[in-house]
Amino acid sequence: MISTLNIIVYSLFIISISRLSSARTAYKGNLLAITGMGIAVIMGLLCLNSPKQLYAIITLCIGGLIGIIGSKKTSMPQLPQMVALLNGFGGLSSGLIGLSETFNIPHPTLWQIFIIFAGCITFSGSVAGFLKLAGLVKIRETETLHSVSLILFILTLIGGIYAYNGETEYIIGFAILTSLLGFCFILPIGGADMPIIISSLNGLSGWCTTLVGLSIQNSLLIIVGTLIGASGSILTYIMTKAMNRHLLKVIFTPITPNKEIPSAHPEQDIHKGTPQDAAFLMENAHKVIIVPGFGMAAAGAQYELGNLAKILIQKYHVDVKFGIHPVAGRMPGHMNVLLAEADISPNLIFGIDEINQEFKTADVVYVIGANDTTNPLAKTKKDSTIYQMPILEVEEAKRILFVKRSLAPGYAGEDNPLFYNEKTLMLLGDAKEITKEIITNLESNNS
Amino acid sequence: MDFYIIDILILSCFIGYFAIWNVTPLLHSPLMSVTNAISGIVILGALQNLNQSESLITTTLLLLAIFFAAINIFGGFHISARMLHMFKRKDKTND
Repeated sequence: MISTLNIIVYSLFIISISRLSSARTAYKGNLLAITGMGIAVIMGLLCLNSPKQLYAIITLCIGGLIGIIGSKKTSMPQLPQMVALLNGFGGLSSGLIGLSETFNIPHPTLWQIFIIFAGCITFSGSVAGFLKLAGLVKIRETETLHSVSLILFILTLIGGIYAYNGETEYIIGFAILTSLLGFCFILPIGGADMPIIISSLNGLSGWCTTLVGLSIQNSLLIIVGTLIGASGSILTYIMTKAMNRHLLKVIFTPITPNKEIPSAHPEQDIHKGTPQDAAFLMENAHKVIIVPGFGMAAAGAQYELGNLAKILIQKYHVDVKFGIHPVAGRMPGHMNVLLAEADISPNLIFGIDEINQEFKTADVVYVIGANDTTNPLAKTKKDSTIYQMPILEVEEAKRILFVKRSLAPGYAGEDNPLFYNEKTLMLLGDAKEITKEIITNLESNNS
Repeated sequence: MDFYIIDILILSCFIGYFAIWNVTPLLHSPLMSVTNAISGIVILGALQNLNQSESLITTTLLLLAIFFAAINIFGGFHISARMLHMFKRKDKTND
């Protein structure tokens, strides 16, 4: 009976992931996964004897309520920190199971030590990621934290050996050390690398589930955990490739803005434009490509961007496309969610490979809140942190409109030559306000 | 440990590999939150062990594990549904 239900549950999960291959089928896919989880949880609850069953149901309801309230309060730009936190709770749950198992037997098994290690690292690392993404901590002493992590790492290894040999106190100490290690490990990692970190923690939480499955000999947990682990690992691979960074480099050499390089050009070398100029260029263009970055989402300009696209298409019959760099947001696919929120059709949205063939024929490129992902120095400057990172080749277009709050360099600390390109018009100011003004201008024209 | 467990592990890796590369980059964020939610399946481990738990401390630890897994499951599925609903809504208006 139980094994039949197991088959149904993992089949539903695998089908639900396959349905994410298209936006059309994805919503129902999620419902299938919910059904699978429902079957699994009810099956688990029914196997319990009476007083414990009640406790478990009450705990489940309280946790579930908190989860739903948390999700409701999360806005789409805040999505990455919510996902990081939930990831951490998954890891913590595995860690607690591992810990509780060691109390039943005189000597912990190797699996249990692994579960505690992976679970605690996932939990505390995710909490550190959450704090960084939510902007609650800002770290300057990265060097100190690296040395602390190294010391903690050695202590954790020793602690692991002691914990393996038995005493409960050592096991608890080991869990605490591991948690500290995860926290100090993730904290110094730079904001630009966050998509990589979130993906790898996502994968790790899956491998935790696999470890629990191996420990308690439950094939369902192994299958589902591996599926999640594969997902996180592949997303990590995609992200590191999109930034041309290695995972080890991300951990040990964070991108720190290099403040010593003075801006090579004084401010008068740039061509400043007004929203009126931008509106004029856009309405007379045949093809406009919009390149959004996280700065756009931070300014809350998604809805304005959606309106801009709508008015250009409907009133001026302009061919509008969106070009999205894989690391445009703070987590994989983040920018797509933000544009979806603003009702922008997925048919208008293109990835880096497709859109790079389109820039040559574009009349206007509207870069809003993006910087490093368009920087041509990635191709030429060998000592740059972004060297060989794939970029959106916006300089191929006829005109570039660059919306930016100031001329400060981006995360990578690299000046962007596009600012001084004679094809570029700089629109300095708030992304939302400027887009609004462009829309007002486009609406008032009666051409 | 039985050999079939290792077989399951290896085969799952292959399924995971092919299933995930099949997901469109458009939906990578929902993929993360859906996988996040289903990682709450670890709750089964806690429920399975709860039956055998005799001491207060292990029961407490396992109930805590259930609590955090529940946040993960409900929060993860809820936020995935919110995201995917937006993609679904748009698909309708444009066709």
